Amino acid sequence: MANVELHKVVKTYDNTPAVRGVDLHIDDKEFIVLVGPSGCGKSTTLRMIAGLEEITDGEIMIGGDVVNDVPPKDRDIAMVFQNYALYPHMTVFENMSFGLRLKRFPKAEIKRRVDEAARILDITDLLERKPKQLSGGQRQRVAMGRAIVRDPKVFLFDEPLSNLDAKLRVQMRTEIKKVHQKVRTTTVYVTHDQVEAMTLADRVVVMNNGLIEQVGEPNDLYHAPATKFVAGFIGSPAMNFVPCRLEKAGGGGLSVRLTDKIAFTVPAERTRRYEPFVGRGRLTFGLRPEHVTDARGALEKDQQKLDVTLTVTEPMGMETLVYFAIDGTELCGRVSPNAGARDGGPMTLAAHLGDMHLIDEDTGKVV
Amino acid sequence: MQRKSTIAFFMALPLIALIATLVLYPAGYAIHLATLNKSMERFVGLGNFFFLFKRETFWMVVQQSCIFAITAVIFKALIGFVVAHFVHNIPARGQRKWRGMLLVPWVIPPAMSCLAWLWLFDPSYSAFNWILALFGIEPVPWTGHTGWARFSVILVNIWIGAPFFMIMYLAALKSVPEQLYEAAAIDGASWWQRIWYVTLPMMRNIIAITALFSLIVTFANFDIVRVLTAGGPIDTTHIFGTWSFRVGIEGYDIPLGAAVSLFMVPILAVAAVFILRDITRRGNES
Amino acid sequence: MASVATAAGGIGPKPKVGSISRDRKWALRWSYFFLVVFAIFFLTPPVYMLITSLKTSAEISAATNPWWVFNPTLENYAELLGSNQYITFFRNSALVSVIVVALTMLISVPAAFALSRMKFWGSATLASGVFLTYLVPETLLFLPLFKMMVTFTEWTGIELINHWYVLLLLYPTLTVPFCTWIMIGYFASIPKELDEAALIDGAGWLQTLLKIFIPVALPGLIAATIFAFTVSWAQFLYPLAFTTSADQLVLPVGIITSLIKGDVFNWGQIMTGALLGAAPPLIIYAFLMDYYIAGLTAGATKG
Repeated sequence: MANVELHKVVKTYDNTPAVRGVDLHIDDKEFIVLVGPSGCGKSTTLRMIAGLEEITDGEIMIGGDVVNDVPPKDRDIAMVFQNYALYPHMTVFENMSFGLRLKRFPKAEIKRRVDEAARILDITDLLERKPKQLSGGQRQRVAMGRAIVRDPKVFLFDEPLSNLDAKLRVQMRTEIKKVHQKVRTTTVYVTHDQVEAMTLADRVVVMNNGLIEQVGEPNDLYHAPATKFVAGFIGSPAMNFVPCRLEKAGGGGLSVRLTDKIAFTVPAERTRRYEPFVGRGRLTFGLRPEHVTDARGALEKDQQKLDVTLTVTEPMGMETLVYFAIDGTELCGRVSPNAGARDGGPMTLAAHLGDMHLIDEDTGKVV
Repeated sequence: MQRKSTIAFFMALPLIALIATLVLYPAGYAIHLATLNKSMERFVGLGNFFFLFKRETFWMVVQQSCIFAITAVIFKALIGFVVAHFVHNIPARGQRKWRGMLLVPWVIPPAMSCLAWLWLFDPSYSAFNWILALFGIEPVPWTGHTGWARFSVILVNIWIGAPFFMIMYLAALKSVPEQLYEAAAIDGASWWQRIWYVTLPMMRNIIAITALFSLIVTFANFDIVRVLTAGGPIDTTHIFGTWSFRVGIEGYDIPLGAAVSLFMVPILAVAAVFILRDITRRGNES
Repeated sequence: MASVATAAGGIGPKPKVGSISRDRKWALRWSYFFLVVFAIFFLTPPVYMLITSLKTSAEISAATNPWWVFNPTLENYAELLGSNQYITFFRNSALVSVIVVALTMLISVPAAFALSRMKFWGSATLASGVFLTYLVPETLLFLPLFKMMVTFTEWTGIELINHWYVLLLLYPTLTVPFCTWIMIGYFASIPKELDEAALIDGAGWLQTLLKIFIPVALPGLIAATIFAFTVSWAQFLYPLAFTTSADQLVLPVGIITSLIKGDVFNWGQIMTGALLGAAPPLIIYAFLMDYYIAGLTAGATKG
C-alpha cells in the first residue's frame, strides 16, 4: 500500500518528447485512470512508473521513496499488459507463481497466495491449464491474478481490456472494479476508452500531447471540463463545437451568436463570467448532444428553440441521434425515439443553454 | 543501461569472434593468398590472374559455372513452382504426405544421393540405359561425354534443389489470402489471370529471394560435380568450386586455387546485396 | 501448360451447369497425375539405392532387370556394419555432428538473444552481417582456411589437419550464422511484453533467457538444431580437403574414398553405405518434419 508521486516527469526519445512534464499525486488505495488519445504519453508515463522506461527528467516516488534508478523488480509493483503477456509454456499456476518462485518464497506460502488470488478471481479450476487453452476473459483474469499474488504496493494496468470483445470488456470492467474493492491496492490504469476511464476511476487524468489536461473525478470532468480537449474527449457522441461571437443583448444580458440568424441568450448567472469576452474573436460555443433535445411542450428555463433540417438520423432504441448542420458545422442532438425525426425532415429542437460551455480558442480553456 | 549493453556484447562475443577469425579473416586472406606464387614465398601481384586468363580451361570453367548455375536455378524454380501448385491444389489432408515425399531429395546428404545418381549413370550398368534399351534406344554416355555430362550434373542439381523451391513456394502460396482469389474470380479473372495478377505478385518476394539464394548456393556448388564427374571428361564440367579444389588441394597450388575461387565473389556479392536489401526493407516494414 | 490450366481449376469463361464441380474433379486428377510423375522422379535414386543394397555382387553385374531384386540379401549390410572402418566413419560423423550442434547452440542462442533484445553499438549491423556470412560459401573459404591451419600448426605445433576434430572448428562457420539468424527471428517474434513481465517478476537477463525465451522459442531451437545437425552430417568439401587418413574420415568422404578403390566399384556396398549415411537425416526428417520445414523456410519468411 503506497502513494505514488510524479514530479515534473519528462521522457524524450531521441529528442522527440513523449511526456513533457507531468505532476501527479496518487493517494494510497486510489484508483487512477490515465486516459487520452494514442500517443498522448499515457502509456509512457505508466511504463516509467513501472521502471520499464528510463526517466529523462523529474522524479517518481513510490511510498515516499524516489525510484528513478530502482529496477522494476525492486519497485514492488505489478503490471497487467494489453496482450496479457502470459508465459505460454507455463500453466496458470506457474504463471501466477513465477515472480514468487524467483523471489524464493516458501512453497506453502506460494500455494496459499495463488489459491487466494484464484478464489478472488474465480479461476481455481483453471490453475493447471496452459494460457493457450483459455478464453480471452480467462487470460485477463490470470494476468490479474499474477499481479495480485505478488501483493504489490501498486497495480499498473496498460490497456488491459482492449483485446476483448465489447461484451466481455464491460464484464471485465466490473470485475476489475470488484477486485480493487477487495484488495484496495493503489492502482494506475491506462486506457484510451473514456467510458472505461469514467466507470473505473476514483480520479481520471486526461492527457494530451505529453501533458496533463485535467485531473478530476469522473463527474467533474464531464460537467466542468477545464479545456476544449477534455470537453471534446469525454462523452460520446462528442460535444458539439460551433464558432461563435458574444454580444450584448437588451436588459444587461448577453447573447451568443452562432450565425447571422441563430443567437442564444446566455443564462443570467453566467453573464458576469462571460462579460470580458464580449466582442472577442476566436470563441467557441460548446453543447453536449444530450443538451440538444426535441422541444416538446413549453420550454423550461434557459431552453431555447432551434429550427433545423436533419441530415441523418440514427435510432439507438432508447433515443435517436439526430445530425444537422449550422453554417457547415455538423451538430448532433439526442431526441426521444417517438419525436418523429426522419432523414431530411425539419425539426424543432431545444438547446439547453444552462449546460453550455464557452471556450476561448486562444488558450484552449473553458471559460 | 551501460551494463546491459556490455552484457549483450559479451553474449555476442563468441559469434563475433567466430565470424571474424573463421569467415572474415579467411575471406580477406584469400585475396592475399591469390597474390603469392605456388610455394607461397613470393609476391606475384596479379600474376596468378594473368596466368588464369591465358588458360583455356579457366574460360571453360567460367562458362560452365554460369551455364550450370543459371540453367539449374531456372529449372528448379519452374519445377518448384509447378509442383507447389499441384500440392496446394489437392485436399489439405493429403498435402502433408506428398510434401513429405517430395522433399526427400533435399534431405539426403548430396554426396550420398550423388552416389546413387553415379550408379544410375554407370557406363556399363546404367539402369536408365536399361530402360532406354527396352525402347530400342542406344545407351546414353551420361557422364562420359561432355554434352551429356553437363546435362547430367544440371539434372542432378535440379533434382536436389527443386524440392527446396517447392517448399518455399508452397509456404508462399499458403500465405496468399483465399479472399483475393475469390475477389479475382468474381471480377471474372481466368485461371492464368489469377496466377499472373494475384499469385505471382503476392509471391514475388519469395520467388526472388529463393532464386537469388539458390543462385549463390548453386554457383558455389561442390558436391554434385565432384562426385558425379570430378570435373571430367577432360575438365569440361568443372565449376569454380571443384576446379579450385583440383588446383589448390590436389595440385598443391593454393594461391592459384584461391585466385580461381575469388572469381565467385562478384556474382555472390551482387546476389547478396539484393537479398540484404530485401531483408532490410522487410525489417523496416515490420 | 494446359494441365496447369485445369489444375488451377475453377470457373472457366463460360460456365455451364455443373461445370464447376466437374472442372474441380479434373483439376484434382491432373494434380495427382503430375504429383505421381514428380514423386517418381524425386524418389527414384533413393529407391534405387535400396534396391541395389539388397543385391549380391553377382546379381549386380548380371544382365538382369536392374530395377528388381531377384535374390534379396542383407549381406551388404552385415558386411558394412561388421567392418571396423565403416563404424569408425559413422562414429566420427556422429561425434563431429553432435559436438558441432552443441557448439552452435552455445554460440548462436546467446548471440541471438543479445541481438534481438539488447541493443549495443553495432548490433544492428551485426544482425544483418550474420546473414551475409551465411551466404559466404565454403568453396570460397576452404583454401585460406587450409593455409591458416597449416600456419597454426607451424606456430603452435598442434596438429589440426588430418584430424577429425579440425572439423569442429570448420563446421560452425556453416551452422552458426544461419542458426543465429533463425533464432533472432524466433526471439524477435516473442512479444516484448513477455520480457517486461519477466522483468517485473524479478527475472534477470539470464533467467529471462533460460526460463522464458528458450522454452517459448523451443520450436525454433529444434529447427535450428536439426539444421545444424543435417549440415554437419552432410558436409563434404571440408572433410575431403582437411582429412585423409582412413581413421579420421567422416561418412560421406569415407564411403567415397574407401569403397571406391581405383576403378573397382563395389556398388552393393556403396549403395548400402550411402543409404545408411543418409539414414540419420532421413529419420530426423521423418519424425520432425514440421520443425525441419520450419527451419528451411525460416530464412526467407522471417526477419
